[in-house]
Amino acid sequence: MFKKTSGRRQRFAALRLCVKIFIPCLLLFVACKREQRQFTQPPSTFKSYDVTMSDIHPGSPGLPQPVQNPSDQRAFDTNEGKRLFTQYNCSGCHFNGGGGIGPPLMDEKWIYGENPENIYSTIVEGRPNGMPSFRYKIPDNQVRELVAYVRSMSGQLRKDVAPTRNDDMNAHRSEERTKRETPQRSGPPPQ
Amino acid sequence: MIDMRNTTLKMCALAFVLCCSSCGGIHNALNPSGPQAHNLSRLWWLMFIVCSAVFVIVMIAVFLSLRNRTGDSQVTPQIEPPREQERKRSNVVVTAVTITVVILFVFLIASFSAGRSMTAGLEHKNGLTVEITGHQWWWEVRYPDASANNIFTTANEIHIPIGVPVTFSLKGGDVIHSFWVPNLAGKKDLIPGKINTMWLQADKPGVYRGQCAEYCGLQHARMALWIVAEPQEQFNAWRQSQTGTSIPPSSDSQKRGQQVFLTSTCVMCHAINGTPAGSNIGPNLTHVASRNMIAAATLVNTREHLAQWIRDSQTFKPGNKMPQNNLSDADLNSLVDYLQSLK
Repeated sequence: MFKKTSGRRQRFAALRLCVKIFIPCLLLFVACKREQRQFTQPPSTFKSYDVTMSDIHPGSPGLPQPVQNPSDQRAFDTNEGKRLFTQYNCSGCHFNGGGGIGPPLMDEKWIYGENPENIYSTIVEGRPNGMPSFRYKIPDNQVRELVAYVRSMSGQLRKDVAPTRNDDMNAHRSEERTKRETPQRSGPPPQ
Repeated sequence: MIDMRNTTLKMCALAFVLCCSSCGGIHNALNPSGPQAHNLSRLWWLMFIVCSAVFVIVMIAVFLSLRNRTGDSQVTPQIEPPREQERKRSNVVVTAVTITVVILFVFLIASFSAGRSMTAGLEHKNGLTVEITGHQWWWEVRYPDASANNIFTTANEIHIPIGVPVTFSLKGGDVIHSFWVPNLAGKKDLIPGKINTMWLQADKPGVYRGQCAEYCGLQHARMALWIVAEPQEQFNAWRQSQTGTSIPPSSDSQKRGQQVFLTSTCVMCHAINGTPAGSNIGPNLTHVASRNMIAAATLVNTREHLAQWIRDSQTFKPGNKMPQNNLSDADLNSLVDYLQSLK
């Protein structure tokens, strides 16, 4: 009689142990397939004429609706943007976002606006005083990735989307840990 | 029953044919074409033959002991077997252990000396030096020279003269890769921030396939290269053709193609010597038409493949760094015309 209950208790102990190990292991799978990578890109929703530079707008319909950048929601895209930021030599003027020849990108000041369509337009059209136009030079989906990355530099994106680490030694902490800045229009560009 | 035997025979024949098929080929460590690979294949055969013999002997011993076992379970096992029998058995065990230790020591020495011979005299192998940088997922190949005019960079196709030891200096551009041409030598890693050196020599002319042997990301399997071993004169001619600037476009379509190249996405990553294109993110295309394969030996260098690769390389190698390009048909046609003229 005693022997029997002991066997059952042992069996329960083993079962409990299994559950203790098995369920945490199972929980690890929750992290799988957080997002689906998209290697082939759909056409862009951006159009340059969506961008307005001022609040003054003729006619009745008011300002055009801001455009959603799908790359803002995808960790893969922001990391690609980070890679492209180096490879297209954005760092040559913007110095890892700290600014030098070009304005800093990691602070709260936005000369041409902080919305995705503003940054898109800056890259595609270029800006006075040095920012070249990358129209036809950078494919559209990569511009969107760059836009997402530029926004992550001042903490505008969700923490689970922003790049989590630097590939090389880098002057600044990774974008995931960047303080979220409150965007401000900073007036006309420096002459 | 007859059917069964027929099937068994067929299976055996198939297995034999498959075994034989692994004896030749351009991507095979058992088909050595140079001194380094010969060293390795000798070691391989030594280990294979000895281990096979050991396996067969062990299997025979198992079979005999199973056949000679006392099947009668009624007999109570002896707690203390006869002394004479016990002595005989312990002798067998001691002999087997001694032979095992001797075999392992033979392996150790053979492996050590093969390893030593791979790197022995590396500093004296000053026939030709080739610098290789591993990228995700292609090989940058640079031929240094005392005269700056003769230095050139190519990709994924390495020409070497036969009968001459060639030194490779190996670097990692992004992550760790491994350079492995089974017919010519063993593996050597390409490590970022470090230069590894190895040498190999091809004794007979031919084309040998190499492969990245260290998992390096999504397209690791499609990171291959070709080594083209050719007689010295042929190699010199090839080297001559690879130096200098690219051939200027001659036809109208080729001229338009060059315009497309220089005004679109291509110019941001690729270089063509003699034009303003000078980036080094992607392979150097100065003599791209002279290469047999594109995309790290993934596709044969034909007009169709080039066009498809330019338009949407992600269908062939998902995750590679080349973006999709929405060129018009006419522009794409001209661009391919231009690229195919870059002999």
